[in-house]
Amino acid sequence: MFYDLLVEPLTYNFFLQATFVCILIGIVCPLLGAFVINRELGFMGDAMAHSVLPGMIIAYSIGVNAFLGAIPNAIAIALLIGFLVRRFKISTDTSIGIIFSFLFSIGLIIMSVIGGTRFNLEEILIGQVLSVSNLDLIITSILSVAVITITLIFYRPLVYVGFDYYGATVSGIPSQKLDYLLLVLLSIVIVISLQVVGIILVVGLLITPAATASLIVKRFKSVIILGIIIGIASSIIGLYFSYHLDLPSGPTICVVSTMIFSLALLKSVILKIK
Amino acid sequence: MDSKHNEINIANCCIEVESCCVEYDNILALDNVSFSIPKGSFIGVLGPNGGGKSTLFNAIAGLENLTHGKIKINGKSPQKSLGKISYVPQKEMINWKFPLTVYDVVSQGKIRGGGFRNILGFSNDLILDSLKKVNMYAKKDEMIGNLSGGEKQRTFIARALAQESEILLLDEAFSGVDFGSQEDITDVLKLLTSESKTILMSTHDLNSLSDRYDKVLCLNGHICAFGSPKEVLTEDVLKELYGVHKDRLIDHRIGRHY
Repeated sequence: MFYDLLVEPLTYNFFLQATFVCILIGIVCPLLGAFVINRELGFMGDAMAHSVLPGMIIAYSIGVNAFLGAIPNAIAIALLIGFLVRRFKISTDTSIGIIFSFLFSIGLIIMSVIGGTRFNLEEILIGQVLSVSNLDLIITSILSVAVITITLIFYRPLVYVGFDYYGATVSGIPSQKLDYLLLVLLSIVIVISLQVVGIILVVGLLITPAATASLIVKRFKSVIILGIIIGIASSIIGLYFSYHLDLPSGPTICVVSTMIFSLALLKSVILKIK
Repeated sequence: MDSKHNEINIANCCIEVESCCVEYDNILALDNVSFSIPKGSFIGVLGPNGGGKSTLFNAIAGLENLTHGKIKINGKSPQKSLGKISYVPQKEMINWKFPLTVYDVVSQGKIRGGGFRNILGFSNDLILDSLKKVNMYAKKDEMIGNLSGGEKQRTFIARALAQESEILLLDEAFSGVDFGSQEDITDVLKLLTSESKTILMSTHDLNSLSDRYDKVLCLNGHICAFGSPKEVLTEDVLKELYGVHKDRLIDHRIGRHY
């Protein structure tokens, strides 16, 4: 029973690779997600995910790895939104809304012009971690390690800027550059998460584990650490469910992480009533 | 305070503001403001809301470009003095939802940029000393968002101490702070000026604590008065200060202030 449920899937190479990707995503999503929920960047994250569609489609159609299209696409969007907000004083929500719906539409148009049958739209929209290739795995590992290292090196100044932008600037910290750095890190995390949960569900993976953690612990550092534990747990539990019950992996992972969130919410409500 | 503050000599000047103008959207927020402040003084910047207090602080902090005039911090431009100044913005500018403890906030004073020191952490002697000085040591593990207004300000003062900056700018530090806590903060700030820190604090409200500043700068677009509290806080000045300032007109020409 135990063997069939937990160990047997691991004897397949594709499942092993998927598990590894899930662990990496489970680490990087809450790491950046903690910043996202405390700086109200959720909509930004959702928009970035939608905006990479043209990049992915173009990469697919010329036969290169989707990362090669999605990563530069996402970074360009992050910088463009940051620039628009600063330069033209358009509100963040508005500029994000305009850019993301435009780019997502462009992506869909390119897809239909090139020929829709060549693409698996469902896989792009909701992810399919069980079909990651060796190359995807290597790229995901390298990018995850890079994101983790850079976030740790700049952890304190990133927190300072998120808490008190002007105080940080005056104390000599390059706040504006750090804001751009955060957006670039976020865009990389979003792109590598796309293979697991797809464009539509990325924001869930980014926000839910970190939000769950912040219901249980208070301090920012603790939110990140607990968020990572919850992130890894929900993606692996979701992966097993999807394997055994033959469900789509992305949505299953999202449902599991939302269920963990609901439990934490229930617990905090009960504690308050007491 | 003592007589040394009455004789401003140039070498001793910490902040020099010369014919400073800042304009946004055709409104002159600062109109030909000039003054100089010696090291170790405690200056109250008094004026109505919209009187240019925050603009002046932003200009001194290097966050705001001048339309005309210049500012020198120990002889250097504000942009070259980043790190020498600690700035506590108005409380509306802070993201209180960010879940940090008092200790976390004070330790921000020691951040100089990226680097592996950020992972390993800092030596905490200075941070703990700073916390003790402002009487926040016992609350070091509390979340900053849960503190009272006065405790939040004391935490920021401790952060400035950890930064070891010479100049401290506190914008509207008394807003939302009860009178007793205002007194405590004033005591701490007086102590710091005796250790030759220069402090500018803005407030739109006038009360019995106003006597404790070394000098008061009355600002309503232009400088209405600048001097010791006794000289400055007269009925005429206050009328000018809180009355309507009619001179900030759209056609005001920069560089022509007479």
